[in-house]
Amino acid sequence: MGLELFNTLILSLLVVVAILSLWVRDLVVSAAVFAIYSFLMCLLWAEMGAVDVAFTEATVGAGVSTVILIATVFNLKRKAKD
Amino acid sequence: MKRAALILVLLIGLLLSWAAKDFPSWGNPQAPASSSPVSSHFIASTGVDTEVPNMVTAVLADYRGFDTMFETVVVFIAGLAVVSILRGGPTRRTRDRKFVVDFEPDLIVTNTVRLIVPVIQIFAFYVLAHGHVSPGGGFQGGVAMGASFILIALSWDLKTALNRFSIDRCFTVAALGIIIYAGIGLLSMVLGGEFLDYAHLSQVLPVSPEMARYHAMLGVEIGVGFTVTAIMFALYASLSTDGRMQDGL
Repeated sequence: MGLELFNTLILSLLVVVAILSLWVRDLVVSAAVFAIYSFLMCLLWAEMGAVDVAFTEATVGAGVSTVILIATVFNLKRKAKD
Repeated sequence: MKRAALILVLLIGLLLSWAAKDFPSWGNPQAPASSSPVSSHFIASTGVDTEVPNMVTAVLADYRGFDTMFETVVVFIAGLAVVSILRGGPTRRTRDRKFVVDFEPDLIVTNTVRLIVPVIQIFAFYVLAHGHVSPGGGFQGGVAMGASFILIALSWDLKTALNRFSIDRCFTVAALGIIIYAGIGLLSMVLGGEFLDYAHLSQVLPVSPEMARYHAMLGVEIGVGFTVTAIMFALYASLSTDGRMQDGL
């Protein structure tokens, strides 16, 4: 029951965060929201017992790719057109 | 147009969620992935063949070592492509940066980073070296190692980080990682096995063939770690400066 609740919570948060990352205009915020998405995915992998995948998601998804996205945004226009 | 796109996306989403109910439920022993003879073969024989407790690493670095080698090559080529495309020719666009980053390195930030970078790097080594026993391995350890250099670049400036780890050195290290990986494969070929057949390394290492596979996996992971570390930092350095490799974030 506890895990069921945890999964439901994480999955519904994932949907919210995924929509939010496309909805916000500010690309830096979008990148930060992507980091949250990756972190939630990482929690989900860890809960399913795929710790290797969770580890990769945490380092690559939530860590380095967020830094690289934000570093790229600083060379672009910060606001998205649509 | 936008409305049409939204409807299309919603339709595809519905289609996918409709298809998702055909998936076996999570942890179902009757699922094709669990009931296939391949899975039970690996579960039964990984420990006997290679003495590696972490099955994921054994499959990744040994059973499908060829695949992982070219994954590393893909990382290398991706880094090479990004750096060489952004480096560009004389027609570099000289758009003004929207955010001029011009600051002195902050005392508190730099001193904190000075303290935590060694910890991050030791953790990266631990993840790399412990990849057989616990979750982790070359990719994760390499990314953590690369992140420590990115942290140096973020808290001082890119020049400080590039003084320690220049782009040329990045690609030397990245190529060295692939050479280590392919070299271990070739060495086992020279010793009479097939490419990446680590068991034959027991002829030169003072260990049993099983332990030779164990240690060769560590060697291979170190190669992967080299490449991933260097490419992660090269990607950051290139992307944060629009390829100019100076006055970055």
